[in-house]
Amino acid sequence: MTLNQPREPLLDISDYRLAFDSFDGTAQVLDGVSLRLEPGETLGIVGETGCGKSVLARSLLRLNPAPPARVVSGSIRFEGADLLTLSEREMRRLRGRRIAMVFQDPVSYLNPLLTIGTQMTDALRGQHAAVGQAQPSRFVARAEAAALLASVGLAEPERLLASHPHQLSGGMRQRVLIAMALAGNPALLVADEPTTALDVTVQAQVLALIAGLVRDRGLALLLISHDLGVIAASCARVAVMYAGTIVEEAATATLLRQPRHPYAQGLLAAVPDLDRPEHRPRGIAGSIPNLLRPPPGCRFHPRCGLATERCRVEKPLLRELAPGHNVACHHV
Amino acid sequence: MTALLHATGLAKTYALPRTAFQLARTLQAVAGVDLLLQPGGTLGLVGESGCGKSTLARLLLRLVPASAGRIVFAGQDITTMPEATLRPLRRRLQLVHQNPGAALDPRLTVAQAVAEPLVIQRLARGAALRDRVAALLAEVGLGAEFLPRFPHELSGGQKQRVCIARALAPEPHLLVLDEPTSALDVSVQAQMLDMLAELRERRGLAYLFISHNLAVVRQVCAEVAVMYLGRIVEQGSAAEVFGAPRHPYTRALLASVPRLAGAALPAALGDGPAAATVDGQAAATVDGQMAATGEPPNPAAPPPGCPFHPRCTLAQPACRMGVPPPLVNGLACPVSRAG
Ligand SMILES: Nc1ncnc2c1ncn2[C@@H]1O[C@H](COP(=O)(O)OP(=O)(O)OP(=O)(O)O)[C@@H](O)[C@H]1O
Ligand SMILES: Nc1ncnc2c1ncn2[C@@H]1O[C@H](COP(=O)(O)OP(=O)(O)OP(=O)(O)O)[C@@H](O)[C@H]1O
Ligand code: SF4
Ligand code: SF4
Ligand SMILES: [Mg+2]
Ligand SMILES: [Mg+2]
Repeated sequence: MTLNQPREPLLDISDYRLAFDSFDGTAQVLDGVSLRLEPGETLGIVGETGCGKSVLARSLLRLNPAPPARVVSGSIRFEGADLLTLSEREMRRLRGRRIAMVFQDPVSYLNPLLTIGTQMTDALRGQHAAVGQAQPSRFVARAEAAALLASVGLAEPERLLASHPHQLSGGMRQRVLIAMALAGNPALLVADEPTTALDVTVQAQVLALIAGLVRDRGLALLLISHDLGVIAASCARVAVMYAGTIVEEAATATLLRQPRHPYAQGLLAAVPDLDRPEHRPRGIAGSIPNLLRPPPGCRFHPRCGLATERCRVEKPLLRELAPGHNVACHHV
Repeated sequence: MTALLHATGLAKTYALPRTAFQLARTLQAVAGVDLLLQPGGTLGLVGESGCGKSTLARLLLRLVPASAGRIVFAGQDITTMPEATLRPLRRRLQLVHQNPGAALDPRLTVAQAVAEPLVIQRLARGAALRDRVAALLAEVGLGAEFLPRFPHELSGGQKQRVCIARALAPEPHLLVLDEPTSALDVSVQAQMLDMLAELRERRGLAYLFISHNLAVVRQVCAEVAVMYLGRIVEQGSAAEVFGAPRHPYTRALLASVPRLAGAALPAALGDGPAAATVDGQAAATVDGQMAATGEPPNPAAPPPGCPFHPRCTLAQPACRMGVPPPLVNGLACPVSRAG
């Protein structure tokens, strides 16, 4: 491959639309999301509750139950393959291997009745089976599990393998899940609010762990959080989501200094900053729209001070303001 | 001026169920806390999960009986006051919870929910009751159109406003707010902080404000107390505690907060898995900032000596021996004080 040739990104989400059908109607939950991620790149997704962050993350592993979920249009290409058209068998080869995911609530992904050792060895053996390899022996898988636990900074892996989930703290459980996520040697780690349930001191440790893994293993990271500080600490780029659309995407430092989209500006002005107590956080008037009946045109227009007639009828598309800085607004 | 609330040596010990392997055990959720709040004052309470913040709040509100210590509210010792005598004082002490959804009865309309405390305490009836309810809702920024709505028709922020209106109904002098914005989005949180500031100004309310979000506490509170494993380890003005933290734990806590400026990895926790060893005894020091390794200890089996010593960068052999005396000059660490 020559250097100047445009190569395919690791992940390329293009005009992806996802709806949820129900008796009350159809909720247009993701409305034309486009995002790209290069190998080893770190991208944060920030936005308020219900804007579609988790639905987007689950889309990368095809974990949204269908029905009610229904893909309306678009594509999600990962390492050259369209995830939306892969067979379930092909998807299983990717899920948990090339694309790994950690969630906010580690407890619900661990079986309370089984030891960590049993769960990890089962998972490791299952992973080999999923790609048609011979299963390693329990003994080999257990050694692999111990090595994974050590690689996420857990002391005394042998003791941990013999423990049940409730004997571990929240931070340790999250490390165990990160260790399991690493087992398949993923190229992309999707982390959905991985530290939201943790204390700040432990959160800092887990973020440091993730940053170390990204650096040492060349992992690409898609980190979802409602906390801009968490994203600022972990991601080189950030995308701001509002009601199922990406409204701005930029280098993290640029977005923090000079957000251009009215919603991104409002979000930043609302965050209290420990270092600037004189800055009074300001709220955003109005509330998030009901996705069963989203506002036409720009979904932010009912709350936007700059809205004009055009905003009420025409949906603004994401366009490049400067290299690497994209905004979806008619008036920027 | 008499203090609004003055607690001394307050403690709460819970008995834990006996298991097959262990004899009866106890858990000291609050271990000797002194607290002073003036009328109209704002005190923030911060600390990691399980350190005893909510238990302390419940003790102060007399929702659980204290195991030791004394609580004086508006000049009267309420520590063991019989419920009948306490009742008229209770209305002056109100609690707002983290989870507004769970705090509201799904079968009551907004009007009924806000009227309930007024009716129960016989503070208003008839037309006066209706006027009071509407006025209370207006005070928390909700118009009359919300009166007939049920909780499921409200957003999280609107529910929290209803909870605050309910707490305000009996005209309290002290509002204990336990993580009041933790379940809310930042844009809604900002509106809530504005509203709390306005209410306090208008009504001369005092706040005991519990939050794990230090930036929010800094916005709301003039004074801050930092709790660790049932004890207050540092207390002072928000400017002092946040601007020049002295206790190693306070420093660790502050160093762990991800910052918007700088956008570097928070916490000086080393920058890789090796440095962030869970059971590690040492803590990294970067940029003169300290952070804690390890996790909060189990309150049922606290470490001997200073409870922070397994995570403390400054720990000395003596720290493992005796529990440091309570706050001297707002600081419960003899080592930092000497240094
Ligand atoms: N299985 C489902 N069926 C129907 N609607 C769904 C389903 N899953 C999610 N939704 C809807 O999709 C929207 C986006 O939800 P999502 O969980 O992605 O939000 P989020 O941005 O992750 O929010 P939070 O910050 O609260 O986690 C919401 O309106 C939600 O109600
Ligand atoms: N009724 C109870 N019986 C036994 N132990 C209890 C009881 N209530 C609280 N505890 C224990 O007391 C300790 C302090 O709990 P508390 O709820 O006060 O912590 P907190 O600081 O409010 O934590 P969080 O930030 O998670 O809300 C915890 O270890 C908790 O498990
Ligand atoms: S497109 Fe119009 S309504 Fe939407 S953010 Fe821009 S100015 Fe506001
Ligand atoms: S008393 Fe010792 S262990 Fe405790 S905080 Fe001070 S220096 Fe650290
Ligand atoms: Mg989510
Ligand atoms: Mg609590």
